[in-house]
Amino acid sequence: MSGVSENRVLAGSPSTGEAARGGLIADVPRRALILLGLFAALLLVAPATVGDYLLSVMILVLYYAYLGLAWNVMMGFAGQFSLGHALYIGLGGYTAGALFVHYGLPPWFGMVVGAAVAAVMGGVIGALGFRFGVKGVYFALLTIAFAEFTRILFDHWGWVGASSGLYLPVEYRDTDDLWLLRGSATMFYYVILAMTAGAFILCHWLLQRRVGYYWQAIREDQEAAQTLGIDVFRYKMIAVMLSAAMTAIGGVFYAFYYNNLYPETIFSMHRSIELMLGVIIGGIGTLFGPILGAIVLTTLGEMLTGLTEDLGLDGIKQMSYGVALLVIIVYRPGGLWPWLRRRLGLEKPR
Amino acid sequence: MILEVRNLDLYYGDAQALDDVSLDIAEREIVAIVGANGAGKTSLIRTIGGMCRPARGSIRYKGVDIAGQPSHKVCELGVAQVAEGRQIFPNMTVRENLEMGAVLKRARAGKRGTMEKVFAMLPRLRERADQAAGTLSGGEQQMLAIGRCLMGQPEMVMFDEPSLGLAPTIVQEVFRTIRDLHDAGITVVLVEQNVSASLKMADRAYVLENGRVVLTGTGAELLRDEGVRQAYLGL
Repeated sequence: MSGVSENRVLAGSPSTGEAARGGLIADVPRRALILLGLFAALLLVAPATVGDYLLSVMILVLYYAYLGLAWNVMMGFAGQFSLGHALYIGLGGYTAGALFVHYGLPPWFGMVVGAAVAAVMGGVIGALGFRFGVKGVYFALLTIAFAEFTRILFDHWGWVGASSGLYLPVEYRDTDDLWLLRGSATMFYYVILAMTAGAFILCHWLLQRRVGYYWQAIREDQEAAQTLGIDVFRYKMIAVMLSAAMTAIGGVFYAFYYNNLYPETIFSMHRSIELMLGVIIGGIGTLFGPILGAIVLTTLGEMLTGLTEDLGLDGIKQMSYGVALLVIIVYRPGGLWPWLRRRLGLEKPR
Repeated sequence: MILEVRNLDLYYGDAQALDDVSLDIAEREIVAIVGANGAGKTSLIRTIGGMCRPARGSIRYKGVDIAGQPSHKVCELGVAQVAEGRQIFPNMTVRENLEMGAVLKRARAGKRGTMEKVFAMLPRLRERADQAAGTLSGGEQQMLAIGRCLMGQPEMVMFDEPSLGLAPTIVQEVFRTIRDLHDAGITVVLVEQNVSASLKMADRAYVLENGRVVLTGTGAELLRDEGVRQAYLGL
């Protein structure tokens, strides 16, 4: 066997010999590749055909898809429940935002620093939780606690604008400046599209590696994984730190797209919940679930917002999220994607 | 001696689970550890396996002190355990479960060959290779847990209650498999509530009570012991 299969602990289906080929798309059915290609093409040409409003909705969809993919690494792949992912959005956004505002440093630099800061924070939370056997719901509470006290810290930290917020300078310009991430909605659309595609490919790749299978083992039965000699602590830490870093990069996008950051909103529990709702609806632990969930949820939210503005009803969006979640939990507890995948005939051949 | 345990103390918070436990296991022996529920049997093999950190004492495996070492390091030395309650991965196929057994550096290279050996020894697993492990019967799951453990190419295997919840005929099959492993050169530590079956099979045995070793001897000696007969065999 070649070095390629050495890296992939688990061969796909040995009978077809696909394992030896390795590669990113070896295990993907042809039909799925075609559909994925069509979907990607649609996303690529969209800005040329849709209006401003629809484009802004699509940016939002991709933003939540990206965050969902990031959260899914920790919860879906490794089975570690975080209810405080807003923490990493905030850390990423504030790091890149402050470096830009105070030192004029480009967001790409802030992205690296913000991701590192978030990874360290994730590492601290993970180390505390995993070393001292804080599990499940209690671990989730730990993640909330960190998000909350970071919010309070930023609320009182003058350098980042404290509770009155941090503003990124906005100027009118005709050209897109990708280096400083200043420009049109179309530019932001392609940036978040690239980020989401990147996260999707990264996740797909990880699942085919040794680490992906170790995560699955830890998720299914941590004790068993441990007795087999998997360094459970290490692989859980990898999941948490990677998820945190990815989420922080989403936060950088947020900062430069919206141009304002308030501790009260960016670190809020509300945001942590919002980013995981899509994943639950789409299908936790699946690759496409976070994307599908973001499409469904954001579209639903936007439609209802439009409707309720006419009717003068507030809070319908939040309620609809609750209803959607209930419906999914009762009728499709695995999420929409596993069901849709079957419907589309995209099951992996065994 | 392949394993030498000396003066082991283990606490869960304030509760003492192991109290000054010492035991020896020679290469290629079958050693049974018997005792009532809560006597500390599982705690003992979890501590040896690196899942619990002892407060005091030493565990020497082939001369190396492994007390307090994390389980992945202990496993790498060839010490394996088949945990209580058949901890298989239900959503993975039988084959994937087996492959997960070969995560250790010591086992990666010879993986294919080991799997062939496991299939030859446990043919039911080959029949069910591409089936989700969660769909197997209890007995098959136990066999899978054993097969998966063998994928790590262990030298010493600690079985925790392998007969738990299985039908009598299946129990016999499980015990026969354990004996086969022993014949193939593996040192066996057997924790069982099925005292008579395990004492019959064991070269030597230790009786645990409240975290202490209260009695030790050959399997045959303990089977004749009046105290053991009254306490564990109901005679």
